[in-house]
Amino acid sequence: MNAPAAGPAGREHGLALLRGMLRIRAFEDRCYQLYGERKIRGFLHLYNGEEAVAVGAMRALDAGDAIVATYREHGHALARGVPMDRVMAELYGKQSGCSRGRGGSMHLFDVAKRFYGGNAIVAAGLPVAVGLALAQKLRREPAITACFFGDGAVAEGEFHESLNLAALWRLPVLFLCENNRYAMGTALDRTEAETDIAAKARGYRIDAAAVDGMDVFAVEAAVGRAAAAIRGGAGPALLELRTYRFRAHSMFDPQLYRDKSEVEAWQRKGPLITLTTRLKAEGLITEDDFRRLEAEASAEVDAAVAFAESAPWEPVADLARFVYAERSA
Amino acid sequence: MAQMNMTQALNSAMDVMLGRDPAVVLMGEDIGYFGGVFRVTDGLQRKYGAHRVLDTPIAEGGIVAAAIGMAVNGLRPVAEIQFADYIYPGFDQITSELARLRYRSAGDFYAPVTIRTPCGGGIRGGQTHSQSPEAVFTHVCGLKVLMPSNPYDAKGLLIAAIEDDDPVIFFEPKRLYNGPFDGDPAKPASPWSTHPKGEVPEGHYRVPLGKAEIVRPGRDLTIVSYGTMVHVAAAAASAAGLDAEIVDVRSLVPLDADTICESVRKTGRCVIAHEATRFSGFGAELLSVIQEECFWDLQAPIQRVTGWDTPYPHAFEWEYFPSPARFATAFRTVMEPA
Ligand SMILES: Cc1ncc(C[n+]2csc(CCOP(=O)(O)OP(=O)(O)O)c2C)c(N)n1
Ligand SMILES: [Mg+2]
Repeated sequence: MNAPAAGPAGREHGLALLRGMLRIRAFEDRCYQLYGERKIRGFLHLYNGEEAVAVGAMRALDAGDAIVATYREHGHALARGVPMDRVMAELYGKQSGCSRGRGGSMHLFDVAKRFYGGNAIVAAGLPVAVGLALAQKLRREPAITACFFGDGAVAEGEFHESLNLAALWRLPVLFLCENNRYAMGTALDRTEAETDIAAKARGYRIDAAAVDGMDVFAVEAAVGRAAAAIRGGAGPALLELRTYRFRAHSMFDPQLYRDKSEVEAWQRKGPLITLTTRLKAEGLITEDDFRRLEAEASAEVDAAVAFAESAPWEPVADLARFVYAERSA
Repeated sequence: MAQMNMTQALNSAMDVMLGRDPAVVLMGEDIGYFGGVFRVTDGLQRKYGAHRVLDTPIAEGGIVAAAIGMAVNGLRPVAEIQFADYIYPGFDQITSELARLRYRSAGDFYAPVTIRTPCGGGIRGGQTHSQSPEAVFTHVCGLKVLMPSNPYDAKGLLIAAIEDDDPVIFFEPKRLYNGPFDGDPAKPASPWSTHPKGEVPEGHYRVPLGKAEIVRPGRDLTIVSYGTMVHVAAAAASAAGLDAEIVDVRSLVPLDADTICESVRKTGRCVIAHEATRFSGFGAELLSVIQEECFWDLQAPIQRVTGWDTPYPHAFEWEYFPSPARFATAFRTVMEPA
């Protein structure tokens, strides 16, 4: 972890990060509950434990930047500003969802937020990000592309092709690897000969560093520095954000591959606890502040659930739309 | 005989083959240590060791490619692609290498690889966990393509696939792993123990490639189908009060045109059913073969019951899924008096 120490720039900064992370935690916990109530169906991958990554990264990116996410992307979408009610409606499969209910949990899209989707196919987002960045470069846009992917994705060919293309063409793309140590039930060292993901990127002559993904300040600072360099024409960069998923891989995972004690040890240094403790210790927030933010997050989730509950279903006759353009050339 | 669901029957097939043939090696994502996301390989790594049941990285291209090399060099790899929806990163290796090696080397080299992969909807998998891409593979010459509809066939066909000297794409309709499914998601699931094909021999046996099965004889019409739709078709026909002859294709390539056409010649009416999208689906091939062979015996135009020509919508799975109601429409058309 070679990043210099980073910290809160003041009360408002600390509150904003805490708010962002509490919103995601409250949202994910409610999703878990709604899954049990069969309101949300199908495949569901929760982001608990990894909130500092999405919140720190999104804060350091510009509104004009393009974002490519994974299938564990509720946190990315919320931190990016995709409205929570539309994310919840998407999980419900309702027409008011951010993808009309077509995609569900793993396929959140929002053109207004330049959120180019969750993606259920491991590593499939990386080449798309390379293309987005190439277009940004050719069109001389000031924006960059940020691409999230898991540690499991580095085994796919797309990862390697994408890193090479990005470096070869000096593209404005920031690769953000969320290394939560497991791909489904498989620990990284069972599938990678070189487990140092930053080292792999350096093999492609890409600037790379590992960052404590449980520390939102470290994430924000590292992404900010990398984004500034990329915007300045330095070419692509990769950050390996070391984090941990607190919940199961999906809703069908008995978690036989890890000990409870390991999960508990990570929970003790969880991103929310660490942040809250630090902000209090530095006298920037009080317990009342924390409670208020928690209550606000919970109220926002309540409203999102109410929105999703009352949202309409897409008319079945419309389901054939958007396979092709509505107007042929 | 033992009672087995489809998961257990497939597991038993691999268990038998690992035990009989030291050349058989399993490989795939999360199949060993974890036992597979559908538990199909559960316990096999413990029993046979990590050198026989290999956990691989998430690299479908690499999995297929390595299997080809292994097979050329004397092994019989059985590769799992976790969902059929993830097979595409391996598609180049499957079409350009695996399917063509024998032809390209004029018979000098061949690769007896079996690729197992769960397919189909019915478990709320949405767009990226529900696909039925069998026609993508039946269109590639050099590949054999199988899709069982019950535990007995699943085990016998998988053993035959592993022992076959050609590459086989083996589709497992995931909705059928735990029980037959008649197309009504509101009804409580029935287990395989209620179905005669849940009786499975514990040892070695084969269901031959290239043999369709008449799962139910009948006089009114022929329904040609495979996978989950075999069960839905049977339920739909009985709900419509029709004495349907139901042909389970099982082996798409090689295709048993004789059994299919003999049935259609007898009934003079035919409905073809699959869960995959309609346009250029495998039903189009079936329809062509039947038309070529049985035209003068047909009493009505052949009908197809299929999925929509769209991705599997997340929230409307049961509207996409070829329902008994969709069958009823096809039955009305095909049963019109000539
Ligand atoms: C191409 C492809 N192969 C396999 C899968 C099945 N799969 C879904 S998630 C997953 C693990 C991915 O792990 P990682 O990239 O570390 O992300 P995490 O779940 O830890 O966030 C796998 C193998 C898939 N979705 N896509
Ligand atoms: Mg991971």
